Amino acid sequence: MENLIALLVAAPLLGAVVLLCGGRRLDAVGHWIGTALAACSFVIGVVLFVDMLGKDAEHRALMQHLFSWIPVEGFQADVAFQLDQLSMTFVLLISGVGSLIHVYSIGYMEHDERRRRFFGYLNLFLAAMLMLVLADNYLLLYVGWEGVGLASYLLIGFWQHKPSAATAAKKAFLVNRVGDMGLSIAIMLMFTTFGTFAFGPVLEATGETSEGKLTAIALMLLLAACGKSAQVPLQSWLGDAMEGPTPVSALIHAATMVTAGVYLIVRSGEIFNAAPDAQLVVTVVGAVTLLFGAIVGCAKDDIKKALAGSTMSQIGYMILAAGLGPIGYVFAIMHLVTHGFFKAGLFLGAGSVMHGMNDEVDMRKYGGLRTYMPVTFVTFGLGYLAIIGFPGLSGFFSKDKIIEAAFAKGGTEGWILGGVALLGAAITAYYMTRVMLMTFFGEKRWQPDENGNEPHPHESPRSMTIPMIVLAFGSVFAGGIFAIGDRFLHWLEPVTEHAHGHPPVSALTVTLATMVVLVIGAGTAYVQYGRRPMPVVAPRGSLLTRAARRDLLQDDFNHVVLVRGGEHLTRSLVYVDHTLVDGVVNGTAASMGGLSGRLRKLQNGYARSYAVSMFGGVAILIAATLLMRAV
Amino acid sequence: MSASAVHSLWTTAADPISKIDAPKIEYGQLSPTLIVIGAAIVGILVEAFVPRKSRYYVQMFVSVVALTAAFAAVVGLATSGYGTTKAGIAAMGAIAVDGPALFLQGTILLAGLVGLFTFAERRLDPEAHGNRVDSFAAQAASVPGSDSEQAAVKAGFTTTEVFPLLLFAIGGMLIFPSANDLLTLFVALEVFSLPLYLLCALARRKRLMSQEAAVKYFLLGAFASAFTLFGIALLYGYAGSVSYGTIAQVVDGTVKDVNPALADTMGNDVLLLIGAAMIVMGLLFKVGAVPFHMWTPDVYQGAPTPVTGFMAAATKVAAFGALLRLLYVVLPGLRWDWRPVMMGIAVVTMLGGAVVAITQTDIKRLLAYSSIAHAGFILAGVIAMTPDGVSSVLFYLGAYSFVTIGAFAVVTLVRDAGGEATHLSKWAGLGRRSPLVAAVFAVFLLAFAGIPLTSGFAGKFAVFKAAAEGGAGTLVVVGVISSAIAAFFYIRVIVLMFFSEPRPDGPTVAVPSPLTMTAIGVGVAVTVVLGVAPQYFLDLANQAGVFVR
Repeated sequence: MENLIALLVAAPLLGAVVLLCGGRRLDAVGHWIGTALAACSFVIGVVLFVDMLGKDAEHRALMQHLFSWIPVEGFQADVAFQLDQLSMTFVLLISGVGSLIHVYSIGYMEHDERRRRFFGYLNLFLAAMLMLVLADNYLLLYVGWEGVGLASYLLIGFWQHKPSAATAAKKAFLVNRVGDMGLSIAIMLMFTTFGTFAFGPVLEATGETSEGKLTAIALMLLLAACGKSAQVPLQSWLGDAMEGPTPVSALIHAATMVTAGVYLIVRSGEIFNAAPDAQLVVTVVGAVTLLFGAIVGCAKDDIKKALAGSTMSQIGYMILAAGLGPIGYVFAIMHLVTHGFFKAGLFLGAGSVMHGMNDEVDMRKYGGLRTYMPVTFVTFGLGYLAIIGFPGLSGFFSKDKIIEAAFAKGGTEGWILGGVALLGAAITAYYMTRVMLMTFFGEKRWQPDENGNEPHPHESPRSMTIPMIVLAFGSVFAGGIFAIGDRFLHWLEPVTEHAHGHPPVSALTVTLATMVVLVIGAGTAYVQYGRRPMPVVAPRGSLLTRAARRDLLQDDFNHVVLVRGGEHLTRSLVYVDHTLVDGVVNGTAASMGGLSGRLRKLQNGYARSYAVSMFGGVAILIAATLLMRAV
Repeated sequence: MSASAVHSLWTTAADPISKIDAPKIEYGQLSPTLIVIGAAIVGILVEAFVPRKSRYYVQMFVSVVALTAAFAAVVGLATSGYGTTKAGIAAMGAIAVDGPALFLQGTILLAGLVGLFTFAERRLDPEAHGNRVDSFAAQAASVPGSDSEQAAVKAGFTTTEVFPLLLFAIGGMLIFPSANDLLTLFVALEVFSLPLYLLCALARRKRLMSQEAAVKYFLLGAFASAFTLFGIALLYGYAGSVSYGTIAQVVDGTVKDVNPALADTMGNDVLLLIGAAMIVMGLLFKVGAVPFHMWTPDVYQGAPTPVTGFMAAATKVAAFGALLRLLYVVLPGLRWDWRPVMMGIAVVTMLGGAVVAITQTDIKRLLAYSSIAHAGFILAGVIAMTPDGVSSVLFYLGAYSFVTIGAFAVVTLVRDAGGEATHLSKWAGLGRRSPLVAAVFAVFLLAFAGIPLTSGFAGKFAVFKAAAEGGAGTLVVVGVISSAIAAFFYIRVIVLMFFSEPRPDGPTVAVPSPLTMTAIGVGVAVTVVLGVAPQYFLDLANQAGVFVR
């Protein structure tokens, strides 16, 4: 069975190679090849899953050692895969949602002449992401980590003819580099501390290592997670990443890649457990991002950017849960999976709306679309109910558990974190209701553009609606299936460990409080947007609204502090380089040249001078030899 | 001889005949030298008896056969264990047959063979009156610019005497590193020096410069020889013997017999120190170490380029071999005295050669200063005083000699109306006109600079490693600094060749015969092979690294 693991990665990798090297002759069939290989990965994943379910909970992990990558004495890097319950969860999510989005893209990208290349990149992403979650050591994980970064870059900038897309891709790449540096430093620290970077030995050895070193490693891992998962302070790229085609936003920037940071923290759980200070930082990052993303999501009129703010916020929940330690790991992953379903569904819905609205993204120019695209309305609506945590739907179960766990952290911290999580739930309900109302309810607000083309909203083709329907099922039922009878908990517990948290108030109270804030949030949105006509041009808004529209000034902050500061730094370095370094170098060269010119004059061509020099030389030689004896 | 022995010579004169043993000569072990010297004598007879037209071919044949046979003899001796287990002293104590001797003899013979090919090249110079000519004067005895010179050129004369001269020089060089007493050392020195002085004077073009170089070389060489000879006399006074083994015993204080005639001076350390310094000075002159290097640039520039190439390679091998034997066999007991002094010389040699090379404008002078710097690097390995020191020097010498011959062979190809175009400004843009030749030269320059994947790197790494392990870390630091300085002017030539505009009056690159091509090809091959896979040859040098005493 373990020999199948490599095939999980190999199938999409083969697709990427074939599609990217195959050239134009594959244009007609490229999307089918890409989709088939993604589905192939999913089927293998299901086979392995069924096999795994047949085994005893403690012995489910499979290992596959492919080859020795860099065998140097004392530095052993292997290409080896590990498939345990945590990896299995991700494999199914990635290949499952990935396959659906491949299908969706067949319709969505139908009129794009570079569709083959798009599928090549998607396959490349799948291969890299699967390698990331299947690696049995941090170095191979890093390969996947960089691979998904590359795929993300290529796909965000897929419509490279748009300057905004090219810039967004570059921005995502650069910000991610900061996080990647964190991961590479963490790996180096691991190597110097433990002498290896395989998961098993590293995580077992945490007991014998000083807390300071572990805290350093953990903080570097957190930096990596912040970059990849768009957490404060490396969150600024995610909003711009929405320049990519919508299936990309759904797959990479909502369901899978951006959750890699959560995977990294949960996978490295032992390190974080042994470094409580780092854990505290993780929870703070999660809590701050949770509010940050939610506030940004409230102010955006661009449907995809509103959803991007929501993604950021929901990953904030996961990071918060991961930072809580063993009481939160399982719930972080559970929310990750349910979020994968409903957020991918919401994005596909948004893509479907855009498809019918001539790629218009401004929600102020939508309105009343429920009658024009009923399937999209229903699936999007179910995703909406799931994300706000409507009782019985996926988000209800997974988010509720995280809020409980946050309170269960105990002490003042527990109250603060729990309060933030509750507040986040209220804001989530508010902004999602706003999106829902602006898009599907109210008057129709679209108008002909300057060329006189009026959008004719229509339902999308079947290749697009079917994935949306499938994901809607996931949005509705996944949470219930996971939570009832603690199935997901028992499934994941052997890998991540689990400790039952004890909230200071009863679980029922927390659930009720969640319901109350949900109603308050949604109700406020309804009052604001459902009962009044929507202005087509955005009002000026309050100071907070304006700041939130500008992503809470994140880019301004980066520009002033980092870009300007960096420019000053490089300018002064260039100055030092020009004056000091070049001065020393050129000065040395000049003085050598001068010395050479002087010494050269000794070579005057007269044999007599040469003889004198030899005579002097031998005299010194003898004198020096005698002197050596004397001393 | 003791006093009683002298007395018995007088009283028992009745049966002396049977007491005098014929000297025992191990012809087999001496065969490489005997073959080469014998062939040189045959070469002289060829000059006397063979018609002028066919001399060139006969001389070529004799020389190639002799060098090949001598190399085969060296290989035969080495494979039958004379380099290791059967190493010993032959010819009544005059010649050592051991690992270093055989390794160096093999290197000299191969370098000589490759050098011979460049001597024999006859396609580079334009034909003079329908006769193919080589790099050597038509008639050495004719005054430059005179009518007799004109007549000799018109008649198509060539100086085929260069072949026996080359063989004599090689013969002397074969003895030099294996000499096991001071007199043999001196004789060998003169045997290889005198032909070289003559060869330097034989350039076909720029004859006055060539003759000037030869006279300078001869005068200064004679001057240095005088010091050497004086040093030998002092050492004899000190030890009562010229044999390496005996002198070493006296230095160590383990000598048994004391010569009564020298009882006053024997063991006087002042004689030892001064004598040793003078002999070492003679050897340092031959390797071109600062401050005995002043002849090098002038002679390298004036001599016919094939001679320069051969001399730069083979003289260095022979002289370093002799220096190694002297320091490792005769004077190891004195190393606390000579090591600091030699370190000083190595430092000024490395730095001096590298620094002065920066401002050179003539490619042959540039290579001359580069050879001085390399002499400094090799000295660093000599000073290590460890077995690794010996083997690293052996390896370096082997690697360096083929690069040198190849580089000078390339210099012979770049020509304009006045013969070889050696001024650096004329080499501008060579890479655009003749990419292959320029690329080959670039390979040699990179090897000189010690860039990895060339033999120069492997050699430099070996000597620096040996020096560091032998406790001469300072030398390594200086060595690396001067390598950095040296890299500047090597790379500058590469930049000049590939990144400058060619000059309209620039030189042409002559198409050589297979002879020079072989010389260059061997140079490139050795450079790359020793650079990429040096281990086999390092092992070989390691096995050959033990001197017999």
